Amino acid sequence: MTPRTVEGVQGEERDDLTKEESRALRRRSLRLLGSLLHPLRWQVVLTMLVIVVSTAGRVAGPALIALGINEGLPALVDEQDWMPIALIVAAYLVTGAIGAVLIAWYQVLAARVSQAILIDLRKRVFLHTQRLSLEFHESYTSGKIIARQTSDLDSIRELLDAGLNNLVQGLLYMVFTAVALVLLDPVSGLVLAVALVPLAALTRWFQVRSQKLYRATRVASARLIVQFVETMTGIRAVQAFRKEKRNEREFAQLTEDYRYANTKVIQLFGTYDPGLVLIGNMTVAAVLLVGGFRVIDGALAVGSLLAIVLYARRFFDPAEEMAEVYNSYQSASAALEKISGVLEERPSVPDPIKPVDLWKAKGHVRFDEVEFAYTSGRVVLPGFTLDIPAGQTIALVGSTGAGKSTLAKLIARFYDPSDGRVTLDGVDLRDLHPKDLRRAIVMVTQEAYLFSGTVAENIALGKPDATQQEIVAAAKAVGAHEFIAALPDGYDTDVNKRGGRVSAGQRQLVSFARAFLADPAVLILDEATASLDIPSERLVQEALQTLLADRTAVIIAHRLSTVAIADRVLVMEHGRIVEDGSPAELIGGEGRFAQLHAAWRDSLV
Amino acid sequence: MTSRTRENKKLSTARTLMRVYPFAKSARNRIILGGVSALLAGVVALAIPLVLQWIVDGPMRSGDVSRLWPAVLIVLALGVAEAVFIALRRLFVLTPSTHIEADMRNAFYRKLQDLPVAFHDRWQSGQLLSRVISDLSLIRRYIAFGIVLLVVNIVTIVIGTAVLFYWHPLLGVVFLVSCIPVWIYGYVFEQRYSKVARLSQDQQGDLATAVEESVHGIRVLKAFGRGKFSLQKFAKQAETLRGTEIEKAKAIAGIWLWLLLVPDIAFALCLLGGVWLAAADQLTVGQLFAFFATAAILRWPIESIGFLLSMTFLTRTAIDRFFEVMDTENTVTDPENPVSLGTREGRLVFEDVHFRYQDSPAQFPDLLDGIRLEIEPGETMALVGLTGSGKSTLTALTTRLYDVTGGRITLDGVDIRDMTREELRTHIAMAFEDATLFSASVRDNVLLGRPGLEGEEAQRVLDEALDIAQAGFARELPDGLDTLIGEEGLSLSGGQRQRLALARAVAANPAVLVLDDPLSALDVDTEALVEAALRRVLTTTTALIVAHRPSTVTLADRVALLENGRITAVGRHSELLATNEHYRYVLSSLEDEEARERRESEREERQLSRDAERTVGR
Repeated sequence: MTPRTVEGVQGEERDDLTKEESRALRRRSLRLLGSLLHPLRWQVVLTMLVIVVSTAGRVAGPALIALGINEGLPALVDEQDWMPIALIVAAYLVTGAIGAVLIAWYQVLAARVSQAILIDLRKRVFLHTQRLSLEFHESYTSGKIIARQTSDLDSIRELLDAGLNNLVQGLLYMVFTAVALVLLDPVSGLVLAVALVPLAALTRWFQVRSQKLYRATRVASARLIVQFVETMTGIRAVQAFRKEKRNEREFAQLTEDYRYANTKVIQLFGTYDPGLVLIGNMTVAAVLLVGGFRVIDGALAVGSLLAIVLYARRFFDPAEEMAEVYNSYQSASAALEKISGVLEERPSVPDPIKPVDLWKAKGHVRFDEVEFAYTSGRVVLPGFTLDIPAGQTIALVGSTGAGKSTLAKLIARFYDPSDGRVTLDGVDLRDLHPKDLRRAIVMVTQEAYLFSGTVAENIALGKPDATQQEIVAAAKAVGAHEFIAALPDGYDTDVNKRGGRVSAGQRQLVSFARAFLADPAVLILDEATASLDIPSERLVQEALQTLLADRTAVIIAHRLSTVAIADRVLVMEHGRIVEDGSPAELIGGEGRFAQLHAAWRDSLV
Repeated sequence: MTSRTRENKKLSTARTLMRVYPFAKSARNRIILGGVSALLAGVVALAIPLVLQWIVDGPMRSGDVSRLWPAVLIVLALGVAEAVFIALRRLFVLTPSTHIEADMRNAFYRKLQDLPVAFHDRWQSGQLLSRVISDLSLIRRYIAFGIVLLVVNIVTIVIGTAVLFYWHPLLGVVFLVSCIPVWIYGYVFEQRYSKVARLSQDQQGDLATAVEESVHGIRVLKAFGRGKFSLQKFAKQAETLRGTEIEKAKAIAGIWLWLLLVPDIAFALCLLGGVWLAAADQLTVGQLFAFFATAAILRWPIESIGFLLSMTFLTRTAIDRFFEVMDTENTVTDPENPVSLGTREGRLVFEDVHFRYQDSPAQFPDLLDGIRLEIEPGETMALVGLTGSGKSTLTALTTRLYDVTGGRITLDGVDIRDMTREELRTHIAMAFEDATLFSASVRDNVLLGRPGLEGEEAQRVLDEALDIAQAGFARELPDGLDTLIGEEGLSLSGGQRQRLALARAVAANPAVLVLDDPLSALDVDTEALVEAALRRVLTTTTALIVAHRPSTVTLADRVALLENGRITAVGRHSELLATNEHYRYVLSSLEDEEARERRESEREERQLSRDAERTVGR
């Protein structure tokens, strides 16, 4: 297997990666991390500096206490000299204060760094998601891409916020404590070094075990989340088909799996944590024994022994939190691997390197020897050439799966052709400035998605700087004004996530208004009237006739009523255009369209 | 803020925390045992300095090496005991806490499934998700660690302070007084932190919603090239969140400052005082030694109080959020003494049915304003009306996805509110316009309404339903009818999903079939096939079909016209077409069509003559 198999989002779900592949993933994550950290490097250096100084301040305490007992006390007893003890106490206060203030400062600095990284990453993923082509979005489900931007980012945030804090602080603390101990009494340092052996063994055991168990909890929680979200978004169907009881059983099983996985992890801590205390306490006993003999011999001052005991005890304090860091590191690095995978995906519809401007598009669309196949190799549209003069209205007719939508999506540049080129006014769409492309060509689809916000905001999506008058005018033009005005707050009514009280037909009217406001040179309507009632459709048709008078249009509709306003009809079958002509010509003929049309006429009343 | 209101707030926090008790009741004893273990661990740890003092003032001063050994062994034993008690604490508390979490999670899910659609209209799934995952896990951690450690650490501090007093009252007082600012600042911190934390949670929720929308609405954003535009909005929200997070960090920095600074000052003062006392022979070196060893042990409990308090307040918020949902009163419930339908015929009657959405402004009339409609057994009734006239709402009332706000709906003479929802929904099956399929096989999705059906019978029902809905394509999927579909599986087109949803409703074999514009995404050919097949089923099944198209209406025996919240006409399609102007307006496009064709042909003629002129002119 070559490392290429893990490129992009491939291999995201696999857990049988070869060494080489894992290394490739790690390199990719590190590259991403590096690029995130690079702009912040001075801030990071400052943060490090602050934490080093503050930890030194915190560790100085026991040594100063020892000094107080060893030097300050005799001076006071023997010579009534307050000076040494006063100096030591002052030093204690100053180091303590410096330590505390700097730690506090460090908290804020670290938060700034981690938040800067997060916001950078958030924006990158968001923008990249928007940039990736529809082909990607069709295979990589919305749930996954949302998880990348929410739960995965959360694990990274957890690592940055709590994890790194604990790790850096803890590590420095242990190192400084060890150094202080060795400086104070090398023999006790030796004892501590011996204690490091079981500590390392225990920690290693913990890490190996927890890595596996932790992964299990993440798998279990992901399943739980999927089931939960699916139930809530599909609650109507759940209730209508009495799936509640069955769901409850399934969910209870998933909850139990999650609980079990979690318990395993917690039990691990249940061993590790007391283990640490045990090692710590045994070390205290050991240094006490070793130190005790030497105090009796006079080789060690009592104050020093106190400091040694204090250090030995405090040395192990951060170990547990540091061990936990490993878990958040695990999940964060898994998250980073996945996120870097998404970021590595190259849009199959990339922005041009040298964009060609097209200030005023006329709307002449041409397919030049175009062939389209999915990356999987399945050919959807075999090679064809098609010329749509500016201003022409085209109706695309054919049964489901004939390739109508694909052809339309090629014009909107949701896809790029695998071969040949699609041009607008002679400019290859791939070279056209994205801004000009989107201004010139707009596609309205059947799924009329409304974003949270007001109705007016949703219409204004077609033209963000539109005035209220323009918005109302657009709504009036497509016959949406009446129902909008009847909403509780009119144009300022909030539509919630699922479109709230707005019916499917009304949503389509809003998305029509959107397109009307955008005022493109080429308009593509893909089943855009499917949910409208007949009077609304009639209004839309009328609006379309004026709207389409001087622009290019491609209309896909199951209902043939739309065809009447077309200048030209294309009948598609199995990806090929099998008939091409004016409506009158085709109706008059004996082809597929004539049959379709006759059947449709019969259904009218 | 006066201490009084502060006390009230504490009380209400305590009371909020107590709301979890019913879930935790069975684990109470183990939690108490865990607390006792934790306390013993603290006590044992505090006993170690006592031995240290004895060692320093005893063997070390006298130089008696032989007495050092047993003393060190006692320290070792105490140290081992501390570890054992800590292990016991975890053993006692951890497993029950995970059970409490699981129970609460299941209860939450059960409640949500029980709550009516009106509730889910108001609540975004992201908001519910954060409750069922992060809030509950926080509550679990609080039960396992938070509350136990909070109580035990406070007790440890009390005992420890007593020990300090035992070494010397002056040192004890110095230490205790120094702690007071920590407690005071603790209060300030709680206030500030819990507010910011809540804010940050909300903002994270908003950000998650923005992400969801940007993904679900990606086609729209792409079609209009608004990716950058939505990024700007997203970036603004993310910046706001960053601001809140920095605020949070500042609050945490504040508490850290106090928690580190104050004990340090206390230590410094105690060092000064201790050395002075020792010099004045009021204190032995061993006692001074033990004092610092004790104080060192107390440091962690003191430091932990801050984060335990903030955890307490976060947990309180989490519990509030949990019960916010659990306390929601279910307005659509099963009756106390449910009536069961004996033989079912399928007569569906709307008797003066009124309905308005809860949040509908008062000046608006009811959306459904006195619906009277009788659907005879076996009859197919089409429901026709303008978009937004309330057709979908009307269909949702039949299975009590919403409850009527006035009047009643009866099935075979029984008010549907007198049946259990479970039974009602076996009698009435629905297909929705936006077809929701679940992450399961095609088979399981279609047979959703027929649990318990197995073997050949299941296969027969499945085949029949698929044939009627023209969903034979499902057999050609990679794994045939066992292909996984839905969010976690293969993605299907709108038309394919609609056909499966229709098959699902048909397979349920209900007395009444309610179809909400079930064919909108089908192409003409398929639609005709589905209709032909449906006609066979509908001869024996009562049906209510929302229709936008004449073609769908022709399926029906009679048509009901919904206008301004009332049924203004019921009759055969041809009758209504002849007599009812509004009906013609809603359903007929033939006249338009003919008019347009006339216009078209005129235009073409003009075009032809113009072309002819041009040719001649040349």
